[in-house]
This record gives sequence, C-alpha cells and structure tokens, in this order.
Amino acid sequence: MSTNTLVTAPTLLQRARNIRRNALRMGEVQGQGYIAQALDISDVLAVAYFHGMRYRPEEPTWEDRDRFLLSNGHYAIALYAALIEAGIIPEAELETYGFDESRLPMSGMASYTPGMEMSGGSLGLGLSIAVGMGLGLKRKGSKSRVFTLFSDGELDEGSKWEAMMSAAHHKLDNLIAIIDVNNQQADGPSKQMMGFEPLVEKLEAFGWFVRRVDGNDLDAVVAAFDAASSHTEPQPRVIVADTLMGKGVPFLEQREKNHFIRVEAHEWKLALAELDAGDRS
Amino acid sequence: MNSSISASPGKPRLTTSAMIASIAAEGQKTKPAPFGHALVELARSRPEVVGLTADLGKYTDLHIFAKEFPDRYYQMGMAEQLLYGAASGMAAEGFMPFATTYAVFASRRAYDFIHQTIAEEDRNVKIVCALPGLTSGYGPSHQAAEDLALFRAMPNMTVIDPCDAHEIEQIVPAIAAHHGPVYMRLLRGQVPLVLDQYNYRFKLGKASLIRDGREVLIISSGIMTMRALEAAKELASDGVDAAVLHVPTIKPLDHEAILREAGKPARLVVVAENHTVIGGLGEAVAAFLMRSGVHPTFRQIALPDEFLAAGALPTLHDRYGISTAEVARQIKGWLR
Repeated sequence: MSTNTLVTAPTLLQRARNIRRNALRMGEVQGQGYIAQALDISDVLAVAYFHGMRYRPEEPTWEDRDRFLLSNGHYAIALYAALIEAGIIPEAELETYGFDESRLPMSGMASYTPGMEMSGGSLGLGLSIAVGMGLGLKRKGSKSRVFTLFSDGELDEGSKWEAMMSAAHHKLDNLIAIIDVNNQQADGPSKQMMGFEPLVEKLEAFGWFVRRVDGNDLDAVVAAFDAASSHTEPQPRVIVADTLMGKGVPFLEQREKNHFIRVEAHEWKLALAELDAGDRS
Repeated sequence: MNSSISASPGKPRLTTSAMIASIAAEGQKTKPAPFGHALVELARSRPEVVGLTADLGKYTDLHIFAKEFPDRYYQMGMAEQLLYGAASGMAAEGFMPFATTYAVFASRRAYDFIHQTIAEEDRNVKIVCALPGLTSGYGPSHQAAEDLALFRAMPNMTVIDPCDAHEIEQIVPAIAAHHGPVYMRLLRGQVPLVLDQYNYRFKLGKASLIRDGREVLIISSGIMTMRALEAAKELASDGVDAAVLHVPTIKPLDHEAILREAGKPARLVVVAENHTVIGGLGEAVAAFLMRSGVHPTFRQIALPDEFLAAGALPTLHDRYGISTAEVARQIKGWLR
C-alpha cells in the first residue's frame, strides 16, 4: 500500500477505472497498443498498486519497496497506466506514449521508465529475475517482496518451469507471481497453442501456494493478494487470474479475440465513453 | 571423421580421455584452480560478491569459493537460463554475481537471457565459463568455438580471453573493479603458468607486447598466446624473429596497441585464436586495420568453420592448426 494513503482515497473500483482510462488514452495517442490485455489486467494492477504493494511514488527506487517485474513486456501500456495512477509517472507523459524520446516505449524496458524494474518483451524472463531478486532480498535481510506478472502464454517457455522449481527449492516466500490467464496468444487461444491445464495442480505439485480467482472480480483479487501475503509456509506464492480481454469496454470484450486487436481511430473515444458509462451504471 | 585417425606405426593412439582434459603440456608448470582461489581472495574484502553455478561448481573451480563462503554460494541446478536471469536479479539487489557454467551453455543456451536481463540492463554480472574454444575433446556439444563472436556482438559486454593462471588471478580483481557485465573465458583445474616469466601485468582493455621481433607479428589471445610464445622460440631456432602481442581483452579492443604494432612496416601479421575463424579476434583486428588504412600481409590461425571432431586434444589441436608445431609450421609456410 502506498505510504501516503489519504482517508479520502479513491476506491479500488475507481483506481481500476482510472487505470483503464489511462491505457485507453495512450492507445488513442498512438492509434494502437495491446489494449485488450491492458483492460483485462487493470483490476489486478489496481489491487497490486493500491492494496498489495509497498512503494513510494516520489522515490521509485526506494530500497524498502516491493519490487514489481513485468515479464510480459507488451503489457507495458497497462503498467504505465497503473504507474500514472500511482503517481510514479506524471499524467502528462501519457501523451508521449510510443513516440521517439519518450520514457514510455511500446515494450517495457528497465532503463527507460521509473517503476519499470526489468526489460521484458522476450517472454519468459521475469520469473528467473524474480528468483534472483528474492534470493538477494533474503541475503540483505530485507522484508521487501518481489511481485512478477506474466501471461499464460509464457507458460510455454521452459525457462518458466526452471524458475518455478528453483523458487520452491530456495523456499522463496518473498516471491508472489501473478499469471494472467486470458487464454490468448499470438497465434490463437493459449490452450490450443500448448495445453497448460490443470494449472493449479501443476503449480502445487511444483511446491507453490496457489490461489486461482476471477481476475476481474476486485474482491476476489484482494482476497487472493491477502492470502498470498498472510500465508506462512516457506514457499513461493502464485495468483492465477482468469481475465477477460477488453474488460470494461463491452464492444471490445465482444470483439473477435486476437492477440493484437484492431481499434479504429474513431473507436477510442467510444471506448472511453463506454468505460465511463459502465462505471456509472 | 574417424577414418582419418588410424594409428600410425610407432605413434601411440591417443584417446579423448575426459570431457575436461588438461590443456597443460606434459611437464609444464601449472597452478591449481587460479579462478577459485582468486575469487576467495576478492570475496574477503568484497561482501557483495556471490557465486552462482548451474551444476558445474566443481568443474568451474567455484567449489573453492563454495567451501570458503557456503552461504554466498548458490547452486541453481542444471538450468542456465535461470542461472543468468537470477544473476541479473541478484545484481539488481546490489550483489556482484560470478555466475559459472561451460562456455557452450552460456553462449548458446542462455544467450537471450544474458542479452536481455544482463547486458541490456547493464547489470554487474561476471559470466565465467570453462571449456572455451577447443579445450574439450568431447565434441561440438562442449566445444565453444563461437563464444567470442557471440559475446562480442552483444552491446555493453566486456569480453576476456585469458592465457594462463598468472593472468586469471589478476583478471578477477580487475573485472570486479569494472562495473558492468563481463564474459570471461575460464581455464580451470591445473592451469598452465606462462606469463609469470615475462613480468606480465593484466590491464583491462590493454594489449601487451610480450615479445618483440622483426619479421612476424603474432597477435593472439587466450591459450594461443602460450602457443605463440612457444612457436616463436621454435621459429627463432630457424632464424625467424617473431613478436607476440597478447590481446586478452577482446572487447573493447586495444586499438592503439594493435595499430602501433601492426603499423610497423614489413612484418607479416598473424592473428592466432582458439576460436572459429568467424567473428573472433582475427576478424576484429582485420576490420579495424582496414578501417584504419593499415594493410599488412595478414593471415589467420583459427578453428575452421565446421563442427569439430571428438578426440584427444593434442590430436585435434594438430588437426585444426592450433598446436605449437602447427602454428610454427604455418608461419614458416607463409614466409616462404
């Protein structure tokens, strides 16, 4: 949780709505973006940044912060949206998304953006880095934790399973992984690319504490974060979040499912309007 | 391949023996595990130093560090992608990981992990890899003929090819003093001791003229400097005067020293490296000299662009032209 929480702080619902708005506005600026993924993961990011994690917006490299590793670098638009809402990136920078010299490139890179702790894009890297950070934090006696977000498609990468075994082997109870199961990869539905179910049983067999929830149900996501945080066994934790691509914008939820959905120029305003309408209803 | 290795009368037929055959010649002065001992020395004054390996601690001399600092030693299992991703994570937390495996696995299996999580993020990870080039008779699975080409091509990466135990001992503190990723080829076990006889000091990024000579300039790195020095003695007995410029830092290359030496008139320039003829020291020097407008007669001694055979190292070093006798023979041929 942010250390400067105000009594009048917005609700998680409002935070999630704002993250979606920020993402849509960046999409509009660039005329494209992994917007369906950004919309599906906004609830999880709202809970991470406004309930689950410790950080200081004014000091992104604060030593005692919880680390957040975005393994699926193409979700950068979503993380920027959350970092803007969290006050780590100024809102005005949203207009620079994807442009030359911007601190907000299309794919997340550690050296570009405050609050971006790794260079993703090549899928499957994050959990290995998280293992090293988890070991390093323990070595320093730090109470900080490492959160890492990755996608169901990344489960195809063998390196993810190396890191799964390693995290359990080293009893990394300071590591909390989040898997976005939106069932969509570049070439089609994830489960048709390489079947990964039964996922909970697999992860448990690998020695992890597992919670699987509807990743667009804020209460359920909060409960999963709380369970992962309060769990006392010396093992890594993972939240499997089943999400809906395009969540919050009905016409995008219904759009033909694609890894990179097409949004027409006039549709961005429409999407923002639908988002706001949904919030009022 | 094997049909060409029929036993010749009077010459004992050698065997592959082990995956990690020693590169020391019989009777040669050696020193045990120089990397392991130097790392222990370094770690005494640098608490941020940690050691990581992927099931090859004993075979990269890291077991010596593990014995001295068991709580600073991380066994990551036989998982090289994890090894380098985790090393990046530890470096992000302020540690200085020395992460070891064989050169083939770091360069070929974990390349993207090193590229993205270490080099791109400029993490302070020291990648130390045994069995560089042709130092195993085990076959292509363990022969890292292309490691220098691969790591040279990676931005931010410093690339080092040491000659002997004397040099390795000095490289360890030198790369610790340099903040950033380093790829270091490792000689492990009983490592030849050569450069101590030449008053040699390693300086990161610097080449060193170990021996001067009027007719030939051999530019070499790694064990080929040892071979070049031996070959130079052999050439001297035939009346050929050869200089040896040792270039342990492949990247960044010491342009000044190379230009100074290769720019001297009327010398045959030979680059000798324990690496494929493609993309290593030879091509780096050639391209640099071309760009500089310096055009000596130029030859390369390097491994051929082919999958190398399994066999005994002396047999293979002869066959592929990197043994002392073959180095001397080729140079004499070029001078004719």
